Parts: sequence; structure tokens; C-alpha cells
Amino acid sequence: MALHVKTTVNGDSAEFLCEPDETLLDALRDRLGLTGTKEGCGTGDCGACSVVLDGRLVCSCLVLAAEAEGRSVHTVEGMAKGEELTTLQRKFLEHAALQCGVCTPGFLVAAEALLNRNPDPTEEQVRYWLAGNLCRCTGYDKIVRAVLDTAREMREHAHA
Amino acid sequence: MPKDIATRTFKQVGTRPLRPDGIEKVTGRARFGADFSLPGMLVGKILRSPHAHARILRIDTSAAAALPGVKAIVTAKDFPEADDGLHDIRMNVMAREKALYDGHAVAAVAAVSAAVAREALRLIRVDYEVLPHVTDVDEAMKPTAPILHPHMVTAHESPEAKRPTNVAGKYEFGHGDPEAGFRKADHVVARTFKVEAAHQGYIEPHACVANITSDGQGDLWCCTQGHFMVRAISAGLNGMDLSKLRVTASEIGGGFGGKTTVYIEPVAVALSRKAGKPVKIVMTRDEVFRATGPTHSASIDVKIGATKDGRITGAFAELRYQGGAFPGSLADMGAMAAFACYDLENVRSIGWDVVTNRPKLAAYRAPSAPAVCFAVESVIDELARKMGMDPIDFRLKNAAREGTLSSYGPTYQAIGLEATLRALKAHPHYKAPLKPGQGRGVACGFWFNFGGQTCTSLNIGLDGTVALSVGTPDIGGSRASMCLMAAEELGIPYDKVRCIVADTASLGYNDVTDGSRVTFSSGLATITAARNAIKVMCARAAAIWGIPEDAVEWVDGHARPTGPNAGNFPPLSLADIAAQSHQTGGPIAGHCEVTAEGAGVSFGAHLADVEVDRETGAVKVLRYTVAQDAGKAVHPAYVEGQYQGGAVQGIGWALNEEYVYGKDGRLQNPGFLDYRIPVCSDLPMIDTLILEIPNPGHPYGVRGVGETPIVPPMATIANAIASATGVRMTHVPMSPPRVLKALSEA
Amino acid sequence: MRYEAPSTVAAAAALLAEPGARALAGGSDLLVQMKSGLAEPEIIVDLKRIAALNGIRETAEGFTIGAAVSGAALREAKALRAAWPGLIDGSKLIGSTQIQGRATIAGNLCNASPAADSVPAMAACGAVAIVTGPKGSRTVPVEDIPTGPGKTSLQKGELVEAIRLPKPAPRTGSAYLRFTPRTEMDIAVASVGIALTLDEGGTVTAAKVVLGAVGPKIIIPEAAARALIGTKADAAALDALAAACSAAATPIDDKRGTREFRQKVVGVLARRAAEKAIERAKGK
Repeated sequence: MALHVKTTVNGDSAEFLCEPDETLLDALRDRLGLTGTKEGCGTGDCGACSVVLDGRLVCSCLVLAAEAEGRSVHTVEGMAKGEELTTLQRKFLEHAALQCGVCTPGFLVAAEALLNRNPDPTEEQVRYWLAGNLCRCTGYDKIVRAVLDTAREMREHAHA
Repeated sequence: MPKDIATRTFKQVGTRPLRPDGIEKVTGRARFGADFSLPGMLVGKILRSPHAHARILRIDTSAAAALPGVKAIVTAKDFPEADDGLHDIRMNVMAREKALYDGHAVAAVAAVSAAVAREALRLIRVDYEVLPHVTDVDEAMKPTAPILHPHMVTAHESPEAKRPTNVAGKYEFGHGDPEAGFRKADHVVARTFKVEAAHQGYIEPHACVANITSDGQGDLWCCTQGHFMVRAISAGLNGMDLSKLRVTASEIGGGFGGKTTVYIEPVAVALSRKAGKPVKIVMTRDEVFRATGPTHSASIDVKIGATKDGRITGAFAELRYQGGAFPGSLADMGAMAAFACYDLENVRSIGWDVVTNRPKLAAYRAPSAPAVCFAVESVIDELARKMGMDPIDFRLKNAAREGTLSSYGPTYQAIGLEATLRALKAHPHYKAPLKPGQGRGVACGFWFNFGGQTCTSLNIGLDGTVALSVGTPDIGGSRASMCLMAAEELGIPYDKVRCIVADTASLGYNDVTDGSRVTFSSGLATITAARNAIKVMCARAAAIWGIPEDAVEWVDGHARPTGPNAGNFPPLSLADIAAQSHQTGGPIAGHCEVTAEGAGVSFGAHLADVEVDRETGAVKVLRYTVAQDAGKAVHPAYVEGQYQGGAVQGIGWALNEEYVYGKDGRLQNPGFLDYRIPVCSDLPMIDTLILEIPNPGHPYGVRGVGETPIVPPMATIANAIASATGVRMTHVPMSPPRVLKALSEA
Repeated sequence: MRYEAPSTVAAAAALLAEPGARALAGGSDLLVQMKSGLAEPEIIVDLKRIAALNGIRETAEGFTIGAAVSGAALREAKALRAAWPGLIDGSKLIGSTQIQGRATIAGNLCNASPAADSVPAMAACGAVAIVTGPKGSRTVPVEDIPTGPGKTSLQKGELVEAIRLPKPAPRTGSAYLRFTPRTEMDIAVASVGIALTLDEGGTVTAAKVVLGAVGPKIIIPEAAARALIGTKADAAALDALAAACSAAATPIDDKRGTREFRQKVVGVLARRAAEKAIERAKGK
């Protein structure tokens, strides 16, 4: 029996029908056509499906679509504003912090969540926060550099 | 060697522009395998054997076919046998008389939803006769082992060997007399090593959408390292003409060799044709581990002898590699790679290709080399320690160089091994102080790199911008490198070139993206295509000026007369010539179809500091440096990325990654929870040193770089552990229980 | 399958009394089990819309943590963290940052994995579960909830409403350590939760030592606590502690570790956790 869910995604109201056992990841990708969030494992072990739900970083593969009712969801598609990339997105490109790019949406959402709560993380804090995001291409080096550089630039602008 | 490589100053090649597919990828708009859909699409799912080895007596699909919403079902009957060289892959795509491993595909359905497809799989009844199984390579070689293929005899053995066996082949390489060499040696070390199987661990599971009409033509969208290969096999298994199946390569979320073959694609094609609708199949993570291609697992004997002044006098290796249920464990390549780093008078390596009840092997970054390098470089290290020699000096004393007869046959041209070893020795990492409980290890490695069949097409637009089509999927940022090479050759800005990966209908055959071949081969083909376009543009300029074609040269993006005698005409830019092209003879293009040869081998050496917790066996990597020869680094940031990514994959294999089989022959850890790839907090930054010893076989000196980085890490870490604890690890992964056990037995 | 999101505990209990009903808090265990076929619920009862289950209350008697409180929220509770850092040690190790955004210690307890991270920590800190069902509420020490792998002592229709912790006595320190092959993301191969109290002279007057991942459920070896009580946790006492823990452990061989390894390492962890707890008890 299909459920009717009304929610907010990236600031816009959204609604969809879903099965009770469908995940938020399925709903985002297949019901709302937002394929930026990826399924790497389906069991919460890789972080490629990371979204922010009511302000908390979560794996959308482990959230039921029905749970999004009345809540707000933020995905990678909600980061850039039109043509304008966020500093973090720009830094990922500048630092070559992506190779195949499939883990990148998850990393961006996760790193943004970190910098929103801690604008001055140490390298160790960045690494531990992002431990739930697997990357197989980069060895993480350039990802960590991109996040630290983003934090530095954002702090500079905050003081300017 | 092209005379201009050593002295050429590049304007674009060697810079770090942003990649053309970058914005798509950081905004989530890039479309990977599972991101594509078609109207009316069905969901395809595959039923898999839960047994490691079983005869398939009967498959009853009637209940599934009767389930509302099921639109097509296929089994091996839908892939009739043919004499087309696809026998093994046909059997791997869909089991025939036997299921040969836990996860082997047995049947597939297409239905209106995932839920209906799952229910349909539950309704398919398969009668199995479970057979004894074997998953260990040494066990599989015993005469008492369960036999997988009743007609398999060991190739290269004597004709008398007709007894069915799991040993598919034996390979030998080398020259000289190692036994004599050992007799001359002052020190000899012999050890046996075991390496467990690993998986490439790409984050994106295999996915495809097939859209075939009943007249046997259509389209296939898939994530792959080789869409021409996908076309060949999918069309072949489905009895379709190549030209009737157009395959488009999506963006690919990692491959590392694991996506150089097919699993679900021929099945999706068959289902789509039967159902008369598009069919999408996406593998689950569980399926990826159980039913796609991991590496071999191996057991390896190595013996090396040296005189007390540090010269190796004899080297021997015997490798036993199991490659899953079909022949092709790459034991031959392993035997070739074993001693490739060294200049040896007496060397012999033997490789045994063995089958077991495991999924069929697929390539994983320098496939076959990491395991044997672990073994050889560990023994080299032990020898160096025994003789009290610095480990880098010992290697330098025996390193292969230009003119060395390699252990696998060819004589090396200019190579970069010594340069990488010296670079490491000179690096501050080598002299940094270590605390108690910490150790430092070094190891070197190499990969052959390949050329292969490659086609590119370069078209000049009326506005002077360039559309470049290549046929090799981009797995590491190669489109940016292609644009750099085209821009360099044409003399125009990088952002005036756009590179796409064209579909199979648009270009001639391209071998898969593997063997670190894309920057080399597609690069070479791009440069050639650009030079061909330049010839056309020079001819057009000549026509415009009314002078002979050989009086025109191309410099800095412009056609100009070769000298004042040729004529006093101001240069014409590429854009000028393009704008007039419709009046001077029509569209201007250059293309290239080539079997690229001259790929240069890439040598690397790694340095690692580790800290070993003696009470738990935990090994922490404190510092890691990669030095490798790139020939010419077209885009240095992407070369660094290859070094770092490959090194970390090797570190993961060294410390924690392995396939764990139960007594029932089933894979116990088919997920990222218990198949433990490195996480961000496990690692330090990875320092990289790019050396450039140009490859004479490429117009810019490019060597492939993607694979060598995974070769040294296991030995580098093992040697660092030996340095920290005095204990020699011989079983990879060197997980905490193994390290703790080795420490307690020391 | 049905999805229900009741807004009261009574409504949740009534739904949970129905056949095939499963409680959903963070979902990081339940959804994984559903996908692998291990769980096939008829009804999913989402507890997160019940206001009473969503907060952490501090009173003079202690802390009450609602069953729907995520690990991330728990970690932000400063007073709780200061009182029982060992509890936070355990709960914050459950999964990744993303899992922390969802996973609850109540769910971790009721999932009854032998390797659950929060359970040895909770038990060492003297936590109790407030269990509510059709017959009313009862208080159960957390160590009495799991009865074996995947099994609990909860009756049909019961749910854990909250986890309650007492206020710690002065000079009490708590810690939880686990061994995993990677730095994050792994299931514990062996683990130890410890809480101990010192007198003014630095002698251990009370201790609770809880072992995880070395048996079908947590083990609370009396001999381990006795090894510490009355001592100043000197090297000899810590050696005795480690030996007692290794002796009490009943681990298995599996894909995550060997019996021999777990037996050795649980002793090592006990010593290290005790040292950490002592430091915290001394206020460092």
C-alpha cells in the first residue's frame, strides 16, 4: 500500500508516493529524480548516500522514505546556487580531490556538515569525521587537503 | 627517440587545469551507470547459486513466469553455445551444467518493479546436486582435489598428462642457471609466502540499461572500462551483429580493472529483447563481492642468493595462483613480473595457473604483480638485513637499467628505477628519526603497461573550437589529459578543446581502458589525429595563399609560410582557417586508428614508516612516500592522484583486505563492513615524487602510471614491520591477529 | 508491510504487541537486517515521533536518555559526558558520523549483538533500562536485557523507553575501549567498559568491569573487579585485572578475529581502559 510523503528537499517542497520499506535513497533517486546521491553498498558502510536530514548527517540508505514526512532533506544538488559553486565544491576541483567522482557527493555533504559545526578542524578531526565516507580512487590525501583549505578560506572571509 | 622530447618545452602539458567533467561531478549531475533510466523500463535481477560447487539438475521457472508483473526470464538456454572463443565468459555470465562458485548466476528475471523481481527470484526452483568444493590454491593442486572441469588438462605439460586437473597451465621464464648462482652466493634466503585474494573495491556497483527491440538491434548504457568489449561480448552471446548494438559508456565510479569484462550486460540485453522493453540491472554490493572478479589468491616460494659485496647471483620464484573457476589467473604475468626490477645473470620463475570454486578473476591494477612483489621484495629486504646493507643501496647495486636483459625477456630502454630509488634515498623521509616501536621499510615495483587498439577523432568547428572523441572510458581524469595534448599539439588554449568518450557506433574498435594505457595510447592517437588535422589546415592555408603545401608550417597554433621565400603572408590562426573551411574544401578533421606500441614500463619505489602495537598487533602507517617514473606527467595532479590512490589500495591489501571463505565454500565477508578497505582516519598524507625519464615510444615521453603504485606497498609495509619488530611477515594481509601471532612466536 | 509512527508510548506498545511488529529508532540495524532478509517485519513502529523519547533529562538522581536520542545528540550532552565519559566512549564508536546521526543506545542494546559498543559502557556505568509494555513499566539493569546474540528478555509488546544513569559518586571515572582492525567503521573484535571509584587516597573502592565481543553477551567477571578493589591500580593490580579478563572471556573464531587473539587482547584493553578510567577519576 503506497504511502504519500510530503517533505522538503533542498529548500523546495517535494512529495512522492512510496512503499513502506522503500528507503529515502530510493525515493530521492527514483521518485524525485535526484540521482546525485549514490548507492555504494545499501548498508551504511560507504557513505556515498550521505544526506543531511533535519540538520543531521545520515546515510539515506538507512532511512525509510516515510520518515522524511514533514522533515527537511539536504542533498548535493542543494549545494551550488545556480552557477555559483560553494567554496568546498571549488576546492575539490582545484585540489583534484576527485578521480572517478562517485563518492564525491557523499564527501561534499559530509564535509559541509563538518565545517558547519566546526570551522577550524584539525587534520585528524577531518579524517575521523569523514571515516564513514569511503573513497577507493584518491587515497583521501587530496580530499583532506581540499576540506582544510576550504576551512581556511572560509575563516579568512569571515574575518574580512 | 623523437629528437624533441628531451628539449621540448611544453606550454600546456604539465600544467594543472580543471577537468572538463568537474562541475558535473561536484554538483551530482554526472550520470553514472545506475543514474540512467528510460520510459517503461523494467527491473532486472539475477538468481545466484548459494553453493560453491553443484550440478544444476533442473531449473523450474514456471511459478516465476506466472507471477503478475514478470515480463521475461532467462537461463543458460538463452545463451546457446557457439564456437566463438566466448566459452568461458558465456559460462561465467550464466551457469550451464554446474554452479562453480557461491554467487554464480543461474537465472535472471525482468519485472515491473524491484519487489516483483525479488519475489520472482524466490519462485524460481533450482534443483542442485551439491558437490565437494575447493577454494584454496594449494589444496586445488592436489591429486585428490575436487575437479571443476572434467576436460581440463594442464596446458604446456606433456601430452601424456591426460588426468583431469585443476591446474590449467604452467609457465616458465628466465635465463642462466640459478642453482649455480646459489652455489656462488655467500648468503641465501628462501621463504614461502601466502597472499589472500582482494577485490578492486570500486564504490559504484555494476549497472546497465539495455534497450533492445525484437529485431535484434538496440542500445546499451553501462558503466565499464571498455564499451567496445561490452559490445563484442554482449552481441556475441546474444547472436547480434556488432553494428546492431550501440554501447554508450556512462561515467564510471571506479574500475581498477574490475570493469574490463561483463557480468550483467549480456543478461540485460537478453531480457530486454525477450520482454520488448528496456531493462535495468544494478548489482548489489553483496553481488559485487560474490560474483564479480577479485584477484587471485597465491602461494609463492622465493629464493635469492647474493655475494657479500651485495651482488645477486641467483634468483628463483615459483608462484601458484588460483584465478577462480576459469583459467586465467595471470600466473604467467606474475612470473614475468617477479624479478623485473633486477639485473640478473641467473634467474628463473615458474607460474602455475589453478582453478578453484571462487568467482572468476578480473584484473586489479597491475594484476599478478603485487603478490609476487610482496614475496620478492621481502626476501630482498631480508637479504639486505642479513648482509648489513642499506636496503636502497642493495637494490641500487642490482637494479635494472637501460640495456639490462630483463628476467622476462626484453631488453630495457631508458627506465626510471634507479632514479626513483635515489629520489627516495635523498628525501627527508628517509632520514627522519624513528621512535621505539616504529620501523621503516622500502620496496620497489614495476608494471609493463600496454598499448593496444585505439581510435580517436578530432573535429574542428567553424568557430575554431575542437571536439575530440576518444573510445577509452575515463577512469582517472584522462579527458583532461587528452585536451591538454590536443591543445599542446594544435597550439590553442586548453579550454578550446572538449573531449568526450564516444559510443561504439562513432569510432573504430578500442581496447579496454586498462594496462595504464589511456594517456599513452589515446594520447598518442590524439596527438596523431591532431597532427593529421594540422596537415589539412596547412593545406588549406597553402590553398588560400596559393603556395605549395610543403611551404607551410604550423607554429604556435598558426599556419605560416616556412620562410620569406615561401611568401610574405601573415600567419593564419586555427580559428581563421576554420572559419573559412566551408569555402576551402569543407569540414576539417583528423583521426587516428592505431595499435599503439612502445608503451614504456613504469618503475616505482615506496617508503613507509609504521608503528606496531606489540600488545595487539595493530599496525599504524605514520608516513608514506611514493616515487615513480611517469615519463612525462601530462597533468601532474592526476599523476599524483594515481600514485596516492594505488598506494592506498596496496596498503589496504597489506593490512586488512582479504576474501574469507567458510568451510562451506561461501564467501563470508561480501560487504564493506567486513571487507575492510582503508578509511580516511587510517592514513596519513601520501607524499609523491614524480620523476620523468621520457618513454621513447611516445611523442611526449608519456608512460602509463596508474598500475605501478599498487605493486610495492605490501612489501614496503612488511619491510617496515620487520624493521620495527624484527619479525618477518609472510602472509598478507598482515592483519592484527597474524601480526600478534608472529610476534608471539618470534 | 505497514509503517506506523505513533505519538505516544502507549500507542507504540499496543502496535508492538501485534504479530511481526518491530520497533524502529535509528534503523541502522533494522534496515540492514531487512535488506539481507534476516528481518521481515509486518509492521514497523517508528518511535521517533514520540516526544517523550526524544530528550535527555537531568535530575538530582541522574540522567534519563530517551530511546530515540541519537548518538550524535548524546555526544552533545555536556553534563552527561562529564559525568559518564565512558558511556560516550562507547556510544560514539557505533559506526560512522552518519550512523551516529541515527543510531541510539537503546536500539544498540535491544539489537543484542555480542559486540555492541554501547552495552559494556552502559553496563559499567550502572545504567538501567526503563521497559514499558502492556502491563506497565519496569526497571531492568541493562546487562539483563540481551540474553544471547540477537535475543533479549523483552516480552512481546515491550519497548525500552529510556536508559537511565545514576549520578556518579565523587572521584568516579569511566572508560570504554575496543579493538578494531581499522581506526573506524569496524565491529569490535574485543571490548572492555570500566567504571571505578577512588577514595581520597587513590584507592579503588568500587569497580565494574564489563567485557564485550568475547562471548554471546557481555561478561561481567567478578574476579576482574576484585583485582582492582582495594588497590591503587598499580602494575600488579592491572596485570591481575588483565589476566582475570582474559580468563573470563569465552570468544569464538570468526571472520573478525581468532579466539586466541580476542582472549589476549581483551586483557590488554582492560588494562588500558582501567588506566584511562583512573585518570578521569583523578580529574585529569
